[in-house]
Amino acid sequence: MNDKIKIIAGLIIFVAICLSPFFMGLGSDSNKGPDPVISETAKKKGKCILEKTEMAKQHMVILDQWRNSVVRDAQRVYTTKDGKRFDMSLSNTCLDCHDNKKEFCDRCHDYASVTPYCWDCHINPKEVK
Amino acid sequence: MKNNRRDFLKIAGVAAIGAAVKPATSAYAIGEQFVPEGQAENKSSVKKATKWGVVIDTNKLTKELMHKISKACHLEHNVPDEKNIENEDHRNPNHEIKWIWGEEFKHAFTDKTDRYLADKFEHIEIPVLCNHCVNPSCVKACPTKATFSREDGIVLMDFHRCIGCRFCMAACPFGSRSFNFKDPRPGIKKHNKKFPTRMKGVVEKCNLCAERLAVGKNPVCMEVSEGAITIGDLENETSDFRKLLKDNYTIRRKQSLGTEPSVYYIV
Repeated sequence: MNDKIKIIAGLIIFVAICLSPFFMGLGSDSNKGPDPVISETAKKKGKCILEKTEMAKQHMVILDQWRNSVVRDAQRVYTTKDGKRFDMSLSNTCLDCHDNKKEFCDRCHDYASVTPYCWDCHINPKEVK
Repeated sequence: MKNNRRDFLKIAGVAAIGAAVKPATSAYAIGEQFVPEGQAENKSSVKKATKWGVVIDTNKLTKELMHKISKACHLEHNVPDEKNIENEDHRNPNHEIKWIWGEEFKHAFTDKTDRYLADKFEHIEIPVLCNHCVNPSCVKACPTKATFSREDGIVLMDFHRCIGCRFCMAACPFGSRSFNFKDPRPGIKKHNKKFPTRMKGVVEKCNLCAERLAVGKNPVCMEVSEGAITIGDLENETSDFRKLLKDNYTIRRKQSLGTEPSVYYIV
């Protein structure tokens, strides 16, 4: 039982080392999350098809629904809950307002480490001739 | 009602089965998600038909016109061309992708060719494209339902779902389908920004300009064909389109195979 102090000291050092990344990160802004930029065009347009927080959560589901309705049913007009109408098109509706894919789409996707394969086919009008 | 241990155990047992079955059944119920009812609709300008069909008047065709049609279609749909690939080592004629193209009569109509064929067929190329069959063998072959028959007769592809197995290419007796052996984008010189490209590992074919019909436009081939290509509703008896079929003798490709092509050729 004479090693009690050594054991406790060792444990404290061990826990401190384990938690050190958290403490060291406290002051810095290395973990402040993604910071997508709403482009000027989008700001001017005002509202998206849903609230901002809902869009962040739901956009992938909505895009999935859009693609099925467009491809399978040829239904191309989407009516939002408050009665506004939009063409269901990623390249031509979403990117019309959000014309900064790099600062908008990619920033979050990179942060979350997701690589959606939308862009393998769908064109970012700014990137192609 | 008097509760005793036996009744409680019975109810608990049934409830446990129910709780176990529910997630299992809902796992099977996962399907494609569509936009909720009432939130999606057609464009008001949409062109509709009960069964879409195509009539091609070979008398109005020339080789030059055929090339023009093919080029216009391929530009509209971002179909790559091997010639556009900068690195010549990456070009491969076997990787060619085609939606509509010209074919010699004997190749287009393998069962109708003859030793002494009418002279005019020596000078033209027959436009061949997806036949949008009524009994499409490609649809039967597709394991993922990426290729499907739409109610209005168009055989369409959902490129999102294509896994590139190429069963459809083996099944199609008309060779109407092409496979993207490589990323198609280097082969596209000028993009149509209104239409997506495809990716490596996906099959593609003519979609009868479903994306244009949906917004009330005619297919590109029809627009540039100077009257040689007409599309219309096969089941509308009073239409000008049906009149074309009534007034002229038409043939279809490989009719004996029973896929019932919807593309008719006036010869």
